[in-house]
Amino acid sequence: MSSRAEAVRLADVEPAAALADLTEISSQIETAAVFHSDGSTLASTFADDTLAARLVGSARELLEAAAAGPGGEGRTLTQLEVALPEGSVFVVRDGELAVAATTAASPTAGLVLYDLRTCLRSLAPSEQSAAPRRRRAKKTTADA
Amino acid sequence: MRRLLALLLLVGGPLLLLFRRRDGHRERVSLYYDDGSMVTLERGAPGSERLLELARSAL
Repeated sequence: MSSRAEAVRLADVEPAAALADLTEISSQIETAAVFHSDGSTLASTFADDTLAARLVGSARELLEAAAAGPGGEGRTLTQLEVALPEGSVFVVRDGELAVAATTAASPTAGLVLYDLRTCLRSLAPSEQSAAPRRRRAKKTTADA
Repeated sequence: MRRLLALLLLVGGPLLLLFRRRDGHRERVSLYYDDGSMVTLERGAPGSERLLELARSAL
């Protein structure tokens, strides 16, 4: 494997550390929780565990309801955003892990989703992120 | 030409801000799938009420 591929690979980090990085990077995220598909909370920004469990419970129900809803035939839901006047809820999942987050109203959805995906990737780096990038073929110029 | 540009800015600017603010407060659900596709459900679309309610309880 080339040294370049090693350079882009994200290091495994603990869920709490990943959330700390997430909230440091993304000022739009107010609360967040990392959880397993079985419903166990791995880390959260809440001091109160019941609040974390409530966010995780809602996030799991959102994933289930969205997957069962229209548009999901033959496709796998990977992330969702629910925008409300009082704020937005984001859920991103990757395999058995998922992260849920809440923001204030009118967040920059693309940035928040990117930060959440980065958070998940730091917890479970996939082979894809470690794969070497395809090099673009050099342009050849014809001599005049 | 300058007057036309000034008129466009005077009329178009506030309208753009108004539309962006209205969009920002609209209730909607955006679903992203593994094939790169995305579905947006506006309030009133089938299945959207349940998702909006769940999100409201999360907030």
